[in-house]
Amino acid sequence: MSAPLPTEAAGRPAALPRSRGGDGAPALPAARTGPDWLWGVLLVLPALAMVALFFLYPLGLSAVSAFQGRDGGWTLANVVKAFELYSLDMAFTLAIVLLSSALVAVLSVAIGGYLTLGENRVAVTLLRWLYRWPLFIPFIVAAQMMRSFLAKNGLMNNLLIGGGVIEPLQAASLLDWRGVVVTFVWKQTPFVALMVAGAMASLDRSTIEAARDLGAGRLRILAEIVVPQVRPTLVVGLILSFVTMLSVMSVPMMINPNSPTMITVDMAYRINAHGDYGVANALGFVSYAMAGLVGWFYLRHGVRQGGAR
Amino acid sequence: MTALIPTRALAQIFAWIPRGLALGLLAFVIFGPLTNLGLWAVAEKWYFPHTLPLQYGFSFWERVFAPRSNAMASLGTSVTIALLTVAACLAVSVPAGYALARLRLPWRGAILLAFLLPQAFPSVAVYINVARIFYTLGLNGTVAGVVLVHTVHGLVFSVWITAAAFAAVDRSLEEAARDMGAGPLRTFFGITLPLAAPGVMASSIFVFLESLDEFTGTYFVGVPDISTLPLLMFNAGMGGNFQIAAITALILLVPSVGFMLVIERFLKADVLAKVGH
Repeated sequence: MSAPLPTEAAGRPAALPRSRGGDGAPALPAARTGPDWLWGVLLVLPALAMVALFFLYPLGLSAVSAFQGRDGGWTLANVVKAFELYSLDMAFTLAIVLLSSALVAVLSVAIGGYLTLGENRVAVTLLRWLYRWPLFIPFIVAAQMMRSFLAKNGLMNNLLIGGGVIEPLQAASLLDWRGVVVTFVWKQTPFVALMVAGAMASLDRSTIEAARDLGAGRLRILAEIVVPQVRPTLVVGLILSFVTMLSVMSVPMMINPNSPTMITVDMAYRINAHGDYGVANALGFVSYAMAGLVGWFYLRHGVRQGGAR
Repeated sequence: MTALIPTRALAQIFAWIPRGLALGLLAFVIFGPLTNLGLWAVAEKWYFPHTLPLQYGFSFWERVFAPRSNAMASLGTSVTIALLTVAACLAVSVPAGYALARLRLPWRGAILLAFLLPQAFPSVAVYINVARIFYTLGLNGTVAGVVLVHTVHGLVFSVWITAAAFAAVDRSLEEAARDMGAGPLRTFFGITLPLAAPGVMASSIFVFLESLDEFTGTYFVGVPDISTLPLLMFNAGMGGNFQIAAITALILLVPSVGFMLVIERFLKADVLAKVGH
């Protein structure tokens, strides 16, 4: 059963003309035409070429141009200038993304945990229906929604004033770093929660039941039994949303356009206002370094976990 | 003993207080911004310090849906680009997905991972350089250029889900067709592809929505001639025209939320379990 079709079919459709081996003809006799992986590679090649040409090549170009001057020579001037102009924004970016990731982690574990351990069916069903909504709402729409919701005269302040929670004079705009964090957390929590809840649902219930029989509270079960087992999924989800938050330009651009802002906005500014690819790519390099740092952390973490088993 | 039962019932009622508060807060956080957007879409006049709009109406809708409006042109461009992106993704990922699911491949894991790369790197700097390359090729500001960028971004969905869909097809059915004398092409188009169709469809919907909602790549590569709905919404929102921005945002929301409601019909658990494997 595990042998791939082409080897089983080898020799039979020998009369098939080679010219028919277009898109959908993977099962031609492989043994006659070359190594047995030839068809597989040929079929994957166009898709891989797309990634190589329109992603890997520009990625390499961006990394190289970060260290090239306008004359083409090697230089550190772009990086130095990027740090001189935007080191505050780099720290700001890292802080926002780390804070958002931490909040996403706490909230998604809470949501996943309640979906798994919650005892009230109605509440679990309600939560399951509720939490997913932002998942399919595009970032740009989320940004526009928050721009009107969190503004000084937005619905949130209006309702708080109407409900007597705050005085009209206390109403403050949240359209700064707080707005960016709120939007990121709003948009990314369902994504991570979905992954975490899925992993929690496929856990072996017997350890949970055993702990429950021994009288452990739900919080303790969540922290000591459930979360350690779904940690790999949680970490992958957090890393993916960390990189997403580093990449999203629309949210900081619409919610927090003024300095200090995130480096994605600075990159767009260097290009649009100055045509300065050197500094923009140096900033890009910083964003790769941030993502790489997280990836390195994950690999180290994964290796350590594998070694402990 | 008899007093136990009402106590328990009472405890159950009281347990709903924290639960209800938490769920209510979550509902407010999730639907508050959506409500705000909906209100802006039908507000004619709304300014500080009024809690709700002063006047409701649809005059902005008439402006957006006027036959020659910018919004309708952008909608047309967006849908055209999204459909072309789906076609481009399918053209390369149906063969790639089949190969990943059925054929012998060296470095299979690395190949699968390669399609994730465009989503696993901060993308703004990449788009800047794509725009730079496309500028020399004359692809900047063209539909083709934007479609290429969206296609690369969507490949992870189309390749991974298509591969999972092919892997979930029962191999014995293909073998039966081959035993009855069907050629490899006929087996593929008559058996494998139709059986995998729901998964392929789901991947196409993912790609379509990704393309419809994409902002950053279009912002850099589409400039100055291509205006999609997200770009129109961005410009309207930044220009302070909250009504137009809200209506455009609602147009973008309809397909996304609609898809969320039907996704489970297309993505069956047996396919879902194989995604990325």
